[in-house]
Amino acid sequence: AHLLIPFHHRNRLSPSYLNMSPTTTTTKLITQSIGKSLRAAVNVRSATIPKHLSQSTAALFSAYGGAKPTLPDLPYDYNALEPAISTETMTLHHSKHHNTYVTNLSAGLEKLDAALSAGDAGALIALQPAIKFNGGGHINHTLFWDNLAAPDTTAPGPETTAAIAAAFGDLDSMKTTMSAQTVAVQGSGWGWLGYNAASGRLEIATCPNQDPLLNLTPLLGIDVWEHAYYVDYRNVRPDYVKNIWNVINWNTVEERLVAAKQ
Amino acid sequence: MKIHHDKHHATYVANINKATEGKDEVPVLDLMESAIEAGPAVRNNGGGHYNHAFFWSEMMPADAAAKTKPSDQLQSLIDKSFGSTDEMKAAFEAKAAPGATFGSGWVWVVVNQAGDELKVVNTPNQDNPLMKGAIEDGIMFPILGLDVWEHAYYLKYQNRRPEYVSNWWNVVNWDKVSENCAYVVENHAGVPVQG
Repeated sequence: AHLLIPFHHRNRLSPSYLNMSPTTTTTKLITQSIGKSLRAAVNVRSATIPKHLSQSTAALFSAYGGAKPTLPDLPYDYNALEPAISTETMTLHHSKHHNTYVTNLSAGLEKLDAALSAGDAGALIALQPAIKFNGGGHINHTLFWDNLAAPDTTAPGPETTAAIAAAFGDLDSMKTTMSAQTVAVQGSGWGWLGYNAASGRLEIATCPNQDPLLNLTPLLGIDVWEHAYYVDYRNVRPDYVKNIWNVINWNTVEERLVAAKQ
Repeated sequence: MKIHHDKHHATYVANINKATEGKDEVPVLDLMESAIEAGPAVRNNGGGHYNHAFFWSEMMPADAAAKTKPSDQLQSLIDKSFGSTDEMKAAFEAKAAPGATFGSGWVWVVVNQAGDELKVVNTPNQDNPLMKGAIEDGIMFPILGLDVWEHAYYLKYQNRRPEYVSNWWNVVNWDKVSENCAYVVENHAGVPVQG
């Protein structure tokens, strides 16, 4: 299984791709291999990891064919989301901010690989914050571009409509609640509509900084880092969040929900 | 500057006033020590008000700033704690980098409790080192601070935070920073701010 699926290999129309959600697969695999290594490190007196374990985790990382994290192409032009989100914002957000997360994630994963091969538990631990930050940034923005679309081109599908009705009553109520919680994020972070597999219901969650959404399947994310809206809305985050509802890709939301329920 | 002061800072002021309505009027400095315990409204808006008032007071136009310099007391603390002014600036810039202060926050030069050492620390969102529980080493006293929330630099620098930080030194009023230093060393307390 590929840890990080190059964007151009994906068939966006096929829900089966979405079963291999980059978010959960990548994060789970990274977490599992790091967790194994760290548990082993705790059980040994020296600071190094048993050789066989470090070799196997290094092999796991190399197994994905050296495919590096890649900046995905947007499924639309930079001007597609006007007026809700300007061409200037989209250009900066995609080609600078997201691109930087990708670059820094690649660098971090290379260092992680080296630390694993060397059995260096100290280095492994020290690398965690940067991997979480840049990996989260890459995952979040990849999900984000896909859940946006040109205005008035999509509408909530049947599964989405039913799930929203069950959890919130109706679409407007969901938007009101999600907007309020998303606007209320302190500092930098994200608002998410997610699917709770255990309960089978939709929930709203917020995450700080670039922390990835881990306890729900992400269906729809709204970036409220200031870079997402400052050019267009300055400090008026509520106006940005109100207007972004005009450029949501409800087809993506429906695909993600259908895939999550399988 | 206009939006930062007239909108962002003004919003913190409005919100802290709302949060403290009906209580005795106190200087915002007095709210800092227990701000985290007091809850998000005081923590975020009281912190936001203090931090921005502190920030404006330590800056001035570049041509005037160029004529200012650290006092002997401040310089000797800088040299003792970092080796030199350049090394202090390097430590500060490293802490201000996107990889060191993720997301929204502030970077500070602080004086320790004993008043004999300087450190560079960062705090998330609108926390500051005067708040109990904000930083690992316990309460410490800022003499210099830099806002690294994106709103502080986005219009001019976009994502280029390091460029913002290195240009910001040009508007630091070292006379004020020296006054701050003298105050906190003598009083083992935070610098009062306007409002």
